[in-house]
Amino acid sequence: MSAIPLTAIEIAAAVRSGSLSAREVLDDHLARIDARDGEINAFNLVMVDEARAAAAVVDAQVAAGEDPGPLAGVPLALKDNLCTHGIPTTCSSRILEGWRPPYDATVVKRVNAAGAISIGKTNLDEFAMGSSTENSAFGPTRNPRDTSRVPGGSSGGSAAAVAAGFAPISLGSDTGGSIRQPAALCGVVGVKPTYGLVSRYGLIAFASSLDQIGPFSTTVADSALLLETISGYDGRDSTSINAPSPSLIESLGEGVDGLRIGFVTELMGEGIAPDVAARVRQAADALAAAGAQIGEVSVPAAAYGLSAYYLIAPAEASSNLARYDGVRYGMRVDAPTTAEMNAATRSAGFGDEVKRRIMLGTYALSAGYYDAYYGKALKVRTLIVRDFERAYADFDLLITPTSPTTAFKFGDKTADPLSMYLNDICTIPTNLAGHPAMSVPFGGGADGMPVGVQLLAPALGEATMFRAAAVLESAAPALDEVWS
Amino acid sequence: MSARLTRDNVAKVADLARLELTDADLDRYTEQLSAVLDHAEDVASLDLDGVLPTSHPLPLVNVLRSDVVVEGVDREEVLSQAPSVEDRRFRVPAILGEEP
Repeated sequence: MSAIPLTAIEIAAAVRSGSLSAREVLDDHLARIDARDGEINAFNLVMVDEARAAAAVVDAQVAAGEDPGPLAGVPLALKDNLCTHGIPTTCSSRILEGWRPPYDATVVKRVNAAGAISIGKTNLDEFAMGSSTENSAFGPTRNPRDTSRVPGGSSGGSAAAVAAGFAPISLGSDTGGSIRQPAALCGVVGVKPTYGLVSRYGLIAFASSLDQIGPFSTTVADSALLLETISGYDGRDSTSINAPSPSLIESLGEGVDGLRIGFVTELMGEGIAPDVAARVRQAADALAAAGAQIGEVSVPAAAYGLSAYYLIAPAEASSNLARYDGVRYGMRVDAPTTAEMNAATRSAGFGDEVKRRIMLGTYALSAGYYDAYYGKALKVRTLIVRDFERAYADFDLLITPTSPTTAFKFGDKTADPLSMYLNDICTIPTNLAGHPAMSVPFGGGADGMPVGVQLLAPALGEATMFRAAAVLESAAPALDEVWS
Repeated sequence: MSARLTRDNVAKVADLARLELTDADLDRYTEQLSAVLDHAEDVASLDLDGVLPTSHPLPLVNVLRSDVVVEGVDREEVLSQAPSVEDRRFRVPAILGEEP
């Protein structure tokens, strides 16, 4: 249809130089959304008017000889749990339907200030609780590579939007794998940064000690650019790390010669599909061929990560979601007393999985069970942090599968919540430790669906992680290359 | 240890969490939450004496800002998003025993 480039870096370069207008870029992406989002359902809302206005501003800046910024004219999709001033933000939940936040999330301000064009709010599992986007109150998102399969979750809409070419980059949030797992299942790059590197101000809270915002893109370099743009200290987030943003782009080409990269043995065995494990081994071979030293490493407590996570995250969620009480925002179901109104509102407004997690968390925190469940889970978290410290004494990076399988079919895991939770087994330990990790597409599985390889780094080790990601990207087999 | 989680436990927890559940919901949630708690038994059965808990990945310190007036969110805009407002305040039904 057009000569519109496909990556954020190329688009921004063309728009900044004046060889392409932000309006042309936007129209091209809106046309793709029009053509296919009815089928994919990546978006809860396409912000046509706001995006056109933002593109006009960028084009006027270029015409006036001003630089709109490093993301000039780049369409960007926002997960619908990121607050956008005056624009509906739902968390894919009935309880927030129609709510218009009175402020922008810090990341939204930062991407807008960098010249990006926010084109829409993407679908998610309700309140980011899920691994398939099937828990959305507004219907599931479909995997652009095979619409009979899930895109993963919870940031399924943001992953699918990038995979379908609706936007070259998007933002998601990752509490236990919600960026990396859908990135793997949709065949795109997805990054969970170090906890505290990106401000959570305006990210609607799920589990505050685990949540982190991060980028999706088709290329490693685009994720590096977007992460550089959104990271950095923010006084509005009391957990924001007061350190300069990392420089990722400039070290991308440095390779992995001499880096020590460890296979996590606990996450390569039982429960990992053989075709996925084979791709991870092939990825490690590629890193070795580029000069890395590959070894095996044990992170024993990772085996307890899933259990600890499914006590800690629901406990924090049960507290965070207490605010949806029909008083200050969102829907209300009227009843004679406030207590009855609270219960009627919450029962009508929350979906099944959200209720399940609120109850699990309330139980884990309740008198008589706190020590046995929540208290023990916090101690397991200590063991996981210690085991990672030991692993990083010998290795610069770790490598695992992102997800135990490729994208599964709709309905495969909805009847059994535990089977859905097991999807997060490789991604969860990182969140508990607060470390960065990312998923890089690396060929296909036996079913021809994308496989993601996960790279893990110690806190603030993003630059090294991205160097290895760039090597994997250039070595990755084509998706349609026959699996053997 | 699903034997420990009874239908009554689930009903009590739902009440604490301000959720109204149907009988069918109660049956289903009792079964599903039991399965998750069974899986969590590998944690609950660990001997973790002497291990300190980690509630957060960063060493948290109190963050204070200088005592300077800054612009907050707009009050009218916030109130415009509430289900019910009276005299520039959030309005709720009866809280104590009074007539609504």
